[in-house]
Amino acid sequence: MQLGVHMGQCVYWPMCILDCQLRGLRYYGVMTIRPRTLYEKIWDAHVVEQRDDGTALIYIDRHLVHEVTSPQAFEGLRLAGRTVRRPDLTLAVPDHNVPTTPRVDADGRPIPIADPDSAAQLAALERNAPAFGIRYIRATDREQGIVHVVGPEQGFTLPGTTLVCGDSHTAAHGALGALAFGIGTSEVEHVLATQTLLLKRSRSMEIRVEGALAPGVTPKDLILHIIGHIGAAGGTGHVIEYRGQVFADMSIEGRLTVSNMSIEAGARAGLIAPDDKTFAYLKGRPMAPQGADWDAAVAYWRTLATDEDAVFDSSITIDAADVEPTVTWGTSPEDVVAIGGTVPDPQNFADPSKQAAAQKSLDYMGLRAGTKMTDIPVEHIFIGSCTNSRIEDLRAAADIVRGRTMADNVKSALIVPGSGLVKHQAEREGLDHIFVEAGFEWREPGCSACLGMNPDKVPAGERCASTSNRNFVGRQGPGARTHLVSPAMAAAAAVTGRLTDVREL
Amino acid sequence: MRGISKVIGRAIPFGRKNVDTDVIIPAKWLKTITREGLGQGAFETVRREADNVFDHAEYAGAPILIAGDNFGCGSSREHAAWALLDMGVTAVIAPSFSDIFSSNAFKNGILTIELPQGAIDRLMEVTATDPIDIDLDSQTVTTPFQDRFEFAIDPFRKNCLINGLDEIGMTMERDDAIAAYEAGLSADKPWQQPRS
Repeated sequence: MQLGVHMGQCVYWPMCILDCQLRGLRYYGVMTIRPRTLYEKIWDAHVVEQRDDGTALIYIDRHLVHEVTSPQAFEGLRLAGRTVRRPDLTLAVPDHNVPTTPRVDADGRPIPIADPDSAAQLAALERNAPAFGIRYIRATDREQGIVHVVGPEQGFTLPGTTLVCGDSHTAAHGALGALAFGIGTSEVEHVLATQTLLLKRSRSMEIRVEGALAPGVTPKDLILHIIGHIGAAGGTGHVIEYRGQVFADMSIEGRLTVSNMSIEAGARAGLIAPDDKTFAYLKGRPMAPQGADWDAAVAYWRTLATDEDAVFDSSITIDAADVEPTVTWGTSPEDVVAIGGTVPDPQNFADPSKQAAAQKSLDYMGLRAGTKMTDIPVEHIFIGSCTNSRIEDLRAAADIVRGRTMADNVKSALIVPGSGLVKHQAEREGLDHIFVEAGFEWREPGCSACLGMNPDKVPAGERCASTSNRNFVGRQGPGARTHLVSPAMAAAAAVTGRLTDVREL
Repeated sequence: MRGISKVIGRAIPFGRKNVDTDVIIPAKWLKTITREGLGQGAFETVRREADNVFDHAEYAGAPILIAGDNFGCGSSREHAAWALLDMGVTAVIAPSFSDIFSSNAFKNGILTIELPQGAIDRLMEVTATDPIDIDLDSQTVTTPFQDRFEFAIDPFRKNCLINGLDEIGMTMERDDAIAAYEAGLSADKPWQQPRS
């Protein structure tokens, strides 16, 4: 005889006895359990098998695949004669190296990618997806875009699910209350073959931000501030949960920006509890549940929030009033300063290895200690990436650009919408005209100059105000100098030709 | 995957902190559909610097790399692990590693050994003239000068590394458990199936 055990927080509570009868189980009772965090609840719900060595086989509900980190995984399956266990749970979209110039000619025929290596990767995905029965959004489809924009937009990403992708910015999906993290290609292959991963539970970290962000201060400024506070390795080994009034008040798109950059603080995942805003965002999305299913889903999602007395392994509190429009000065996302500040003096860092690293960063960035951040000229502007390419980001940038023109010293300014649907929406609102009239280039969706795999690169020795997520050496092209900023700050830099406090425009 | 129990040889004394995977292998090298040949692009930007350790003759083919805190941060690209393997590196010693990199390294039979900064400093001195000996079985790093540093490793990972186990094959043997989980999922959360 099978037994049914129900827990105080489970979806059928308090209908446990009835549920057991329906499922032919003998009702065993209600088990009271200790208070749990959002992360623990999702983890517990996905344990296929707990092992004695501390690892657990974790079920993966959703898998996003793109052209750059998947070819070797599919090849591995093929060589071992394996199939994809659950092709219905995987969604493939090309984004990393597709050009952002037009993809079809005047007759609607696809324009081939000029770079043979990129073309070969795209061709591999186009071959592998149907061969393994995986749903595929083509580069020329209107739904195409950056995987981390497409997932939420299509309702593929759902609260309480586990979601992985061979890309570290998968953390973004945590904004909807999904346990989402980046994986390597061997793990991509493991998920394709088994729909599971063998994992060890991470430690939990609470980042609490109370109060309200001041006018002109955006979610991007907040996450840069947080990374500066805890450091690029501050979250290593942890799953972050962002809590407090600031996140409750924040839009889903803003939350996606925050969760997205969790990895820049070393945390593989960054969660925000799903709430009414999350449900309103997801309702009616193509792959999200509908009708009675929707109601059942919401009932379950409401049980996921961290219990009142749950304990985190570490907690950090940040006062929203301390956050200003924030920019980076160096080559690690932890190298941040308020826009009103100056380039720091490496001698002022306590840690000797940080002193050396800071000096190396300044040499690479072509900056001198003491320079006012607002005196730094920029030649390039990039508004895009999985961090900041959604419609609210484009609106914020357009609000600054409207009625202004690009500064003479700015050589290029790219707007790369996060998806075809974002692009279409922006065009309906006339944002493309505002940008083009000011001197910006209006492009097709993709990862673009965030990582410089496609032709969109920043030339060596030149400087870019970028809404992306990494200011690493060579990230936007060999020798490129990156300053990470919010969309409004990038737009402000475009019209003044230097890093600018958006509040002064 | 081959088993690995010992790594003995010179160590490249790189030593830097926050080495991201864009530094280990720049994005332009990711446009490949195989795992081979990435050693050519490994540490490309560092190799442009005059007198960099990667181009010192005595470290050519060195099987060990020594780095600072937070090695392998940033992008999840497994190409970073493949690039290290292709240049002959099968062990990295650092005070800490990014979670994704250490997992990728493990899947490719590369040891990621965490030692405190003091031990790192000492090994950086030793490798200037002498080889370093890593023994996975006893979980120690030793030098010809009687230095002996113990390191911790997850028992599951240790077993897989020593025996070169095929993790996918092992998980596929748990098919019954996965199928049972899926049956429960369909019963409890039928709405979670993505709509087509």
